[in-house]
Amino acid sequence: MRVALQVTCVNDAMFPETGKAVVRLLRRLGVEVDFPQAQTCCGQPMVNTGYVDEAVPVVRTFVDAFAGYDAVVTPSGSCAGSARHQHSIVAERSGDPALVAAVAETGPRTYELSEFLVDVLGVTDVGAYFPHRVTYHPTCHSLRMLGVGDRPRRLLEAVRGIELVELPHASECCGFGGTFALKNADTSVAMGADKARHVRDTGAEVLVAGDNSCLMHVGGLLSRQRAGVRVAHLAEVLASTEDDA
Amino acid sequence: MSGTFVGMPAFPDAAREALGDTQLRRNLAHATRTIRDKRARVVAEVEDWEELRLAGAAVKEAALRDLATHLETLEASLTAAGATVHWARDAEEACAIVASVTKAHGVDEVVKVKSMATAEIGLNEALEAEGIAAWETDLAELIVQLGDDLPSHILVPAIHRNRAEVREIFLRRMGAVGRPAPDDLTDEPAVLAAAAREHLREKFLRATVAVSGANFAVADTGTLVVVESEGNGRMCLTLPEVLISVVGIEKVVATWADLDPLLRLLPRSSTGERMNPYTSTWSGVTPGDGPQEVHVVLLDNGRTRALADDVGRQALRCIRCSACLNVCPVYERVGGHAYGSVYPGPIGAILNPLLHGVADEQTASLPYASSLCGACFEVCPVRIDIPSVLVDQRAAVVDSHRGDRVPKPEAVAMRAAAWTFSDARRLRLAERASGLAGRVLGRFSRTTLPGGRAATGRLPGPGAGWTGARDLPAPPEESFREWWDRTDGGRS
Repeated sequence: MRVALQVTCVNDAMFPETGKAVVRLLRRLGVEVDFPQAQTCCGQPMVNTGYVDEAVPVVRTFVDAFAGYDAVVTPSGSCAGSARHQHSIVAERSGDPALVAAVAETGPRTYELSEFLVDVLGVTDVGAYFPHRVTYHPTCHSLRMLGVGDRPRRLLEAVRGIELVELPHASECCGFGGTFALKNADTSVAMGADKARHVRDTGAEVLVAGDNSCLMHVGGLLSRQRAGVRVAHLAEVLASTEDDA
Repeated sequence: MSGTFVGMPAFPDAAREALGDTQLRRNLAHATRTIRDKRARVVAEVEDWEELRLAGAAVKEAALRDLATHLETLEASLTAAGATVHWARDAEEACAIVASVTKAHGVDEVVKVKSMATAEIGLNEALEAEGIAAWETDLAELIVQLGDDLPSHILVPAIHRNRAEVREIFLRRMGAVGRPAPDDLTDEPAVLAAAAREHLREKFLRATVAVSGANFAVADTGTLVVVESEGNGRMCLTLPEVLISVVGIEKVVATWADLDPLLRLLPRSSTGERMNPYTSTWSGVTPGDGPQEVHVVLLDNGRTRALADDVGRQALRCIRCSACLNVCPVYERVGGHAYGSVYPGPIGAILNPLLHGVADEQTASLPYASSLCGACFEVCPVRIDIPSVLVDQRAAVVDSHRGDRVPKPEAVAMRAAAWTFSDARRLRLAERASGLAGRVLGRFSRTTLPGGRAATGRLPGPGAGWTGARDLPAPPEESFREWWDRTDGGRS
């Protein structure tokens, strides 16, 4: 099976440790991933702000970069959702039948990390060790666009040493929402403040989620509050072993 | 005697103001959580809820696909049953029809059943200008009307008010327009409801003309359906001599049997009840029983515009249950007024631009009033994919500015981002620049994120929207891409 890592633009430029964690984790599970150098971004920032024409060359770059792979793994529910559910909109708008065909090929083969681990590799115990009190926020796109369900939870429950505590009102949006965080910054922050409060109520040391963009938002609020809670991507928790402790 | 949405600021500004209203925040958080928990409980009882949603969506979709035919059938059935059918292209025409029918009976007041269509067309204000008083008889609409306020929710328009505020409004305003509230009025819900009942009773008994909307209109039988919880609708629909119903053309369904899934979906989705308390149906005129003159105003007001929109058309399936409002994290925090329309929340954020276009700045701001979390789609009883329509309407907003001589800063930024993301070599250069910036920012940073990473300081310009309330990590010195190259994917 030829597997490609779509690291995502946010992780590439801002959170490289998450990408490294995915590589380390999958290698430990016997999967060597490629990193196609031509990859950039899934195009979601443009599409969700209304710039669909502008997203056409970005989506073209995406499908070109990942053509021919059996599976594309991405540590982001949002970017997987974009590839699976939005690329067709962009392709239709381009009027290019070749692009329409290409996105229909790539989309269904794009997996969010927890889906890839549970559904494709069939593992829930990835041999991780993470001796911390953790709460998990299921991000909206992973939950409602992809329907990852309890896969991330099952993966976390199998981690040795972890103390997993339930996040109250977990399925409520954190308020990030892409450009929403800037265009409606006040509302975004009001939503995030409530999410941060729920996180603090758990007494967790680490807030875990499958999307670094949401974590950048809630983590940014928690940091500003000096709340004593750090954020970590699911991949980083799953990649951790006794050697890291 | 009611406020107006005209001249409302764009959503972000209206939301900012609403977010500062602590009483509003508290009232909304309490009320939306109560309704949504109730809904979740009763929906969970229905084993085939998903099939029911599909059936509801299919009924509405079929009706919309052949709308013209169904409307003509409806007109013929209604006419045969003794009703008079009027067609109104827009709000102005609809209001003029209602005013003229009312005036023909020589009266200066009407009683009203709660109706979104009449709120949409600003009927009360239009009648007031013609010297006709329109009395709202739904409890929440009464609260809004007496308080010179605006509705903030489709189902419970006074959701932003608590009982202490309601008591104050009743004491202060009831006397000016009819039977005053008793001096010893308390803020007990039952006491407040009793005061409203006394106040409204004299209006029901006096009225010659009633005005309603309709939840559904059955084409083959010529039947209108009103679904309500308080019995005020039943009073208006049966006591007065004349009944005028303003009905959006998307309310039509083909057959009586089509009501089945919709009447099962609606109460559980809206009020969280298993069955609706008062469901009134009437087909034209029945001699000696109920209104003896029945008028039906079929209203377009942008609906054919929405119907022509391939993606947005599904919004016309809406049965006005408000489930999307109650689960929306944005609505819960800013309330309904910030949307500047009688249709607030997620459905309002798509319906308003679909009905009226995105030419004005306020309406154009609505599709962006969402984090696209998808909670609305999950609860919608007729499966309107609101997030997809929101994204499509955002595209409509952007497309409407493509001819601008001076592009907006956002458009410049998006085009620059798209250019960078269209070629990995450009992205690599951008990341190198960001890495250098990170090195500088990290060095001068006086903030350390939990876990030890350096934060950037406060950013100027649009970045201030982020760093005003949130710390931001400084960009790493090495991007993932550079790490992969340097280490051969961690192998060396």
